[in-house]
Amino acid sequence: MSIIIDHLCQVYEPGTSMEVVALNDICLQITDGEFIGLIGHTGSGKSTLIQHLNGILKPYSGSVYFDGADIFDEDYDLKKLRSQVGLVFQYPEHQLFEETVFKDVCFGPKNMGLSQKEVEMRAYQALKMVGLEDEYFYQSPFDLSGGQKRRVAIAGVLAMKPRVMILDEPTAGLDPKGRDEMFALITKLRRESNMSIVLVSHSMEDVAAYVERIVVMNQGKVMMDGSPHEVFSHVEQLEAVGLMAPQITYVMKRLKEEGLPVLGSEMTVAEAAESILKLLNR
Amino acid sequence: MLGWSAFKKGMNMGIVKTSRLIFEYIRRNEEGDVEGITRAVDRVNLDINAGEFVAILGHNGSGKSTLAKHLNAILDPTEGTVLVDGKDTTDENEIWNIRKTAGMVFQNPDNQIIGQIVEEDVGFGPENMGVETAKIWERVEKSLKSVGMYAYRHKSPNRLSGGQKQRVSIAGVLAMHPKCIILDEPTAMLDPNGRKEVIAAIKELNQKEGITIILITHYMDEAALADRVFVMDAGSIAMQGTPREVFSQIEKLKQLRLDVPQVTMLAYELQKKGVPLDAGILTIDELVGGLKACQLL
Amino acid sequence: MIRDITLGQYYQANSVIHKLDPRTKLIGTLVFVVSLFVKKNIAVYALAALFLASVIKVSKVPYRFVVRGIKPIVMLLVITGAFNLFLTPGDVLVTIWKLHITAQGVENAIYIVIRLLLLILGSSMMTLTTTPNELTDGLEKLLKPLRIFHVPVHEISMMMAIALRFIPILIEETDKIMKAQMARGADFEHGSLVQKAKNMIPLLVPLFVSAFRRANDLAMAMEARCYQGGEGRTKMKPLCYEKRDFVSYVVLALYLCLAVAGGILFARIMPTWASVLKGN
Repeated sequence: MSIIIDHLCQVYEPGTSMEVVALNDICLQITDGEFIGLIGHTGSGKSTLIQHLNGILKPYSGSVYFDGADIFDEDYDLKKLRSQVGLVFQYPEHQLFEETVFKDVCFGPKNMGLSQKEVEMRAYQALKMVGLEDEYFYQSPFDLSGGQKRRVAIAGVLAMKPRVMILDEPTAGLDPKGRDEMFALITKLRRESNMSIVLVSHSMEDVAAYVERIVVMNQGKVMMDGSPHEVFSHVEQLEAVGLMAPQITYVMKRLKEEGLPVLGSEMTVAEAAESILKLLNR
Repeated sequence: MLGWSAFKKGMNMGIVKTSRLIFEYIRRNEEGDVEGITRAVDRVNLDINAGEFVAILGHNGSGKSTLAKHLNAILDPTEGTVLVDGKDTTDENEIWNIRKTAGMVFQNPDNQIIGQIVEEDVGFGPENMGVETAKIWERVEKSLKSVGMYAYRHKSPNRLSGGQKQRVSIAGVLAMHPKCIILDEPTAMLDPNGRKEVIAAIKELNQKEGITIILITHYMDEAALADRVFVMDAGSIAMQGTPREVFSQIEKLKQLRLDVPQVTMLAYELQKKGVPLDAGILTIDELVGGLKACQLL
Repeated sequence: MIRDITLGQYYQANSVIHKLDPRTKLIGTLVFVVSLFVKKNIAVYALAALFLASVIKVSKVPYRFVVRGIKPIVMLLVITGAFNLFLTPGDVLVTIWKLHITAQGVENAIYIVIRLLLLILGSSMMTLTTTPNELTDGLEKLLKPLRIFHVPVHEISMMMAIALRFIPILIEETDKIMKAQMARGADFEHGSLVQKAKNMIPLLVPLFVSAFRRANDLAMAMEARCYQGGEGRTKMKPLCYEKRDFVSYVVLALYLCLAVAGGILFARIMPTWASVLKGN
C-alpha cells in the first residue's frame, strides 16, 4: 500500500543539443500515512517528479508502482490512479470553471463515473472538510476571495477521496493567516483520513514545523532524505544548492557557536524557546 | 552638517501625501442591482518623505493594494486627496507627470512586461514619454545596470526567472526617472531566491540613488528593512512606526492576521517566560547580544 | 521548453538580409510575389528560382532549414496539383477511368505547383530573417499612410506585438490547466467529436478567465508606464533606411524589369505545352 518510485528518469528533447535531464535516477518510497516535504530550488525537478506520481507525465526510463502495480503498464487504469493519487497544482484556483462552487467540486467524482447521489455526497463532504460555509456553495467560484477559491480547488481533488495528496506550494501567494489556515486544513486531513501527504514547498519554516520527512532535490536527483532535524543539520550543504534552513536554526547555530550548550538544530520557535529556557532554569 | 540636514528636511515636503483618503466602490449582485458599498480605503493619512523606504503591511483584502493604486493615479479617491510631489492625482493635466514621478511595479511579473526583448521592454516607458532615441538608449542601459540585468538585455523575458523578470520590471520603471517607486507585492509570486534578488535591488536603489520606495508586502522580513512601517487593516492604518516599534507589538499584529520574523517571535516567547530582553528584537545579532546581557553566555 | 516556441520560426544569423530594414523585406516579398504572377512561363519561374536561391545563399540560412518549411503544405501542393491535372479541360492525353488528363492540365499543374512553392519559400524567407518585432514595426511604418482613412495602424501593430508576447505564456498556461483537469479525471483524447468539444469546457473557461485577468493587468501596467496610444511616442529602435536598403531596392527593381521583359519575350519564342505534347 504505497508508492514506489523506481530508477525514474526524465529527459526532455533527448539526443538533441537542447537535451535536459529533468530527473536523474530517482528512487523513493512513500508509505501510507506519511507526511513528506519535498524541497529544492526552482528547476530542481520537484514539479516534474510529482507529475509522474499520477501518470500525467510518462517517464523516459524507470517506473512508478502504486500498490505493487506498474502505473505505466499499457493496460493500467490511469483514471482510477488519478482519483487515488490526488494532485493539487500550484495556484489551483486557476482551474475552476463551473457556474457554481458545488458543481465545480463535483467534476472530479463525476469523471470517476459515480452515481449522481454519490457524486453530490462527496462534493458536500469535501467542501465541509475544507471549511467552506454553506452560503458559498451555489455562488460562482469566481466571486470568492483568493483563499476561498484555493480551498474550493482543493475540495475538488479531495472529493475523489484520494489516498495520497500531493500539494504543489499550496500556500503560494497567501498571507500569514491564509497560510496558517492551509496548514490547519492539511493537519485535519491527516488526522481524519490517514492520507499520505506530499508537500512541495519553498518555505523552510513551514516544512520544519509540519512534516515528518524531508526529501531534498537538486538537479533532478534526490540529494537528501531524512527527518527535518537530520536535513536541517546540514545547513552548508543546503546553502550550496540555493536553499536555507529555517531562521530559527540559524539563531540556535549561532548560540551554539557562542558556546551555549543548545542542540543547534532546533527548527521551530517552540523548540528553540524550550532549549534556552531549560538552560536558564538550570 | 546639521544645517544641511535641517535644510534638507525643510525642502522635503513629502513626496507622497494623502489626507483623509477614502475609496468606496459599489457592490452589485448578479443582476447588476446595487447590493451595498464597500469602503476599501478608509481615511488614510500618509506623509512620505523623499528618499524614505516605507513598507505597507496588511493581510490580503486589507486595502493595501487599493491604496497603492491611488499613489499612481490609477484609481481616483472617493474623498480626500492624494498629492504626489505636490500634484493632485485628480488633476487630469498632471496625470502623466504623476505617473512619471511615481512609478509602479505590480505583482505578476508576466503581466507587466510588454516588450519581447528585455531592452525593448525597459525602453517602453521612455518611448511613451517621447524621450529622444539616443537618450532612451542611455536610460535603458543605466536602468538595466542598476538592477544587475544588463547582461540579459538581448534575452526574451520568457526565458528569465521570476526574480529576473521583476528586476526587469523595476528597470522599466527606473528608465522613466521616477522620484518614487511603488511596488505592489513584487515578491508574492517568487521563490525565496527571487525574493532576495528583488529586495536587494530595491534596497540598493533606495540607498545609492535615493529613490523613495513604497513597498507593499505581507512578508515581515522585507518590512523589517524599511525606515518606516504602516500596517493596514480594514482599509485604514492600524499601526505605524519604525519596524522595531511595530514588531514589538506581537499580540496586535496577530490580531491583524500578520506574523513577525522568527527571531522576534523567539525573543517574545522568552520574554514572556521572564527572560529580560528588549522588545522588538529584529536580528539574530540583537538576540544573541540580548542573551549575552542576561549573562547566559 | 514550451516557452521557446517562436512564431514564424526566426533563424538567427548575421547576414545582410537579416540586417535589412523590415520595410525593404516586406516590399521585397511583395515584389517577388508580383513577379510570379507576371506571366505563366518557364523563364519567369527560372529567374524567380534563381533570385530566391541567391537570397537564401546571402541570408546564411541553411537550405534544409528553408525546405523544412514546405513540409506542412505538401498535402496542399498535391491536392492543388491533382485538381489542375484532372479538371482542366483541353486536349486529352490520357484517360484513367472517368478522369481525363489534358495537355493543358499537365501545364497548369506543373506551373501552379512551382508557383506555390516559390510563393511559400519566398515569404518564409522574410519570416526566417526578420524577428516578429521588426515585422510589426515595419508594417506599422509602411501602413502609416492608411491613417488618413482612420485605420488604427499603431493600435493594430501594438496588438500584434502583445499577442506575440503572450502566445507562449498562454500555451504554457493551457498545458498547466490541461494537466490540472486531467488530475481530476478529465479526458481530452477520447469520445465523439461532440463529446470532445464538450470536454474542452473545463480547459477553455479557465483559459479565458486567465486571459482576461492578464489583459486587465497588462492594461494597468501600460497605463502606469504612461502609455497613451501612438501620439507623441518616440521609438527606441526607429526604422531608418541605410545604403544596403537602397541597393536592395535597385536590385529588386532590376529583377522585376527582367521578370516582366523575360516573361513577355519568352512567351513569343516558346511554343505552348499543348502543341509540344501533341507532337505538332
